[in-house]
Amino acid sequence: MNNNADKIIKIDGVDVPFKDGQTIMDAALAADIYIPHLCHKPGLSPHGSCKLCTVDVNGRPASSCTMPASEGQEIANNTPALNEVRKSITQMLFIEGNHLCPSCEKTGDCTLQAIGYHLGMLDGHFPQFYPRREVDASHGSLVLDRDRCIMCELCVRASRECDGKNVFTISGRGTNRHLIVNSDSGKLVDSDIELEDMAAHICPVGAILIKDHGYEVPIGRRTFDIHSVAETDLDDVILTKVRHHDE
Amino acid sequence: MNQQHSDHLLHLLHAHQRQHHFISDQAMIDIASRLKLPRAQVEAVTEFYSFFSRKPRGRFDILFSNCTSCGDAVLMQELCDRLGIKAGETRHDGVVSITDTSCIGMCDHGVSALINDRPLHSIDSNKISQIAALVEAEKPLDAWPTEWFEIDNHIQRTDLLLSTPFEAGSALKVMRDESIDETLEKIRYSDLRGRGGAGFSTAQKWKFCRETEEETRYVICNADEGEPGTFKDRLLLTSHANTVFEGMAVCARIINAKQGYIYLRAEYRYLLDSLEATLAARRKDGLLGNAILGIEGFDFDIAIVVGAGAYICGEESALIESLEEKCGNPRIRPPFPVISGYLGKPTVVNNVETLAAAAGIVLHGERWFRGAGTWQSRGTKILSISGDCCKAGIYEYPFGVTINDILNDCGAERTQAVQIGGPSGTLIDASHFDHCIAFEDLATGGSFMIFDDSRDLLQVIRNFTHFFAHESCGFCTPCRVGTTLMKNGMDKVCSGHGTAHDLDELKSTAALVSRRSHCGLGITAPNPIRDGLKNFPELFEQRLLHQKMEPEFNLDASLEEARQLTQRDDAEAHL
Repeated sequence: MNNNADKIIKIDGVDVPFKDGQTIMDAALAADIYIPHLCHKPGLSPHGSCKLCTVDVNGRPASSCTMPASEGQEIANNTPALNEVRKSITQMLFIEGNHLCPSCEKTGDCTLQAIGYHLGMLDGHFPQFYPRREVDASHGSLVLDRDRCIMCELCVRASRECDGKNVFTISGRGTNRHLIVNSDSGKLVDSDIELEDMAAHICPVGAILIKDHGYEVPIGRRTFDIHSVAETDLDDVILTKVRHHDE
Repeated sequence: MNQQHSDHLLHLLHAHQRQHHFISDQAMIDIASRLKLPRAQVEAVTEFYSFFSRKPRGRFDILFSNCTSCGDAVLMQELCDRLGIKAGETRHDGVVSITDTSCIGMCDHGVSALINDRPLHSIDSNKISQIAALVEAEKPLDAWPTEWFEIDNHIQRTDLLLSTPFEAGSALKVMRDESIDETLEKIRYSDLRGRGGAGFSTAQKWKFCRETEEETRYVICNADEGEPGTFKDRLLLTSHANTVFEGMAVCARIINAKQGYIYLRAEYRYLLDSLEATLAARRKDGLLGNAILGIEGFDFDIAIVVGAGAYICGEESALIESLEEKCGNPRIRPPFPVISGYLGKPTVVNNVETLAAAAGIVLHGERWFRGAGTWQSRGTKILSISGDCCKAGIYEYPFGVTINDILNDCGAERTQAVQIGGPSGTLIDASHFDHCIAFEDLATGGSFMIFDDSRDLLQVIRNFTHFFAHESCGFCTPCRVGTTLMKNGMDKVCSGHGTAHDLDELKSTAALVSRRSHCGLGITAPNPIRDGLKNFPELFEQRLLHQKMEPEFNLDASLEEARQLTQRDDAEAHL
């Protein structure tokens, strides 16, 4: 329809056009408006689990990555109150796992860390959970360090939707939730994951890492040392970078 | 038609666990290959549901309720001591395991436990010693006193639904002589609203589903009555199953569904045989199957799927996921199940009581129903009353009844507080007892828990926060992490280590979890803390440690690992 382009939502008072079928996140990204997010990646089905993209739509809370855009929506996004909520959610993600940034290969390239920077997070605030989680180093070229997993399921979806495989699943309930591997042994080495797979590279934190490639880019020159996570065209930068790390 | 659904993943896992007492790695591989499911899905489901275990459980597997009405941690510990095991563990000889479990819906029967899927009630110290002796002697359950397993429904007050006799097929016969639109109009005029607590218009839900373009539609009866303190569906499924099934058939006729499901909570597995028998009788009488009552094209049957211990599956989209042999994670909404539900097809999910009421409305007409209740809440509500009162049990009241009237009827005295609608509902103090049960005032799915002035209400609230932390599916961050933060916060306050700062933290975490969570569980999980702080602030303040500095963590508890490593437990090893 011709009038499709005329449809608008308002984000923080700014008119944002949208097409039918787009979510609030889709419309925002297309308009170069940043809504913090971790479990969302354009091209994969929306998930709505991390809740960092929570916004208030006409005063009611909603996840912008799953909420369809529709006319009449007035959306609060970049407000001090919402960013405070997002900071708390980011802190929750930090304290429920074991995130030791200085010793993590992903530091500087980690989206969780970058969102922490973006939201002005200076500490974990909540008491640490110190969970015990298993490391799977069985695979020749990949390592799965569950200490850093944030349950975003990007690898789960990338494997199914991009790679045409089904390597990962989330198991367990509540704080016992954890990432498992779909092989008879439950080990990565017995799965059909390959280094070329999207699932091997999509992890926003340091839970899935490529072996034999450590510290090739010095700290200080990594993605989020140079860019802000709020630059909305970063997805391609990050993926290109991690997939062709030798270049 | 094979309605047994023996090949459902939840049923296969249950059967395997009953036989082998656990789900081994090899069993998961075998079951996955038999069902042609990914192995990881079988593992995920095994770990999601509380009733499955990857470690061997005892031949007598005892699940002791931890509900404030039908549980008792002290009695459970007594049983553990007598049998020489720790809660959560299996004795090395494999005879017995004991662990606590969320409310098993026996709140009108005193302290209760499930033993190999069978509810055992009215447990006291005397019975604990007898149970221990029977377990030690490895006496099969059939040789235990039969009266221990007999369940009375304690019907204390009846009204429209429970006092009107219902003959199988009677509503369908009325419906046969009406057009489908006429029947739907009847439901609409009755103003029937969902009995699970949310109160959505039943006719509207059915209409939305009916108007979808799809060919295949489903009707599901939500019998996953998991809200602590609720046991009214237990009665309906025991004594009024035909009315419930008839309600499903009425819905099926209206939305043109060929297949219906009852999702029965695992705690009610003991009802399975009688429910199957009722279904079989209905098939025999032509009330299920092809051309029901001779009506051309009215083909409908019902299968029962039994859950495996997950409160979250009472949420309709999580229930559908579970029915689809997956973990019970609530879906993204929209789309709602009426548009895209079971197997992606339009699906009506209704509470047991809603379906029973719908059958009654079709049979007796909308006036029969509209005559009772308030103008925003028509009809009656079946309450499950438990806790500190003389006559716990089932009470059916017209909507609009006041809390005071209910407390009088059930013989409650010196009532300190009432939890309306279970932990996810509202905790009220005496100043609210003139309010009434209604969607527009105090809404409830049926749970009504009474606490008199001898109760430590903080412990009650703490119990509820433990419940939610245990039952959170963990899909979204606020609920997964927040329910555990609130649990830890209540533990700290109750142990006398809390400070004013901890109360502020509880408040802000509760606000965040309630506003930013993915589904109703997270949205309501903070209610006990929020209501407690609002209505009983002095209880929290009295328990605070009046010191300037108190560490975030319990110093003495933190030394536990060190004590274990050094095998010390003397006074010097404690702070």
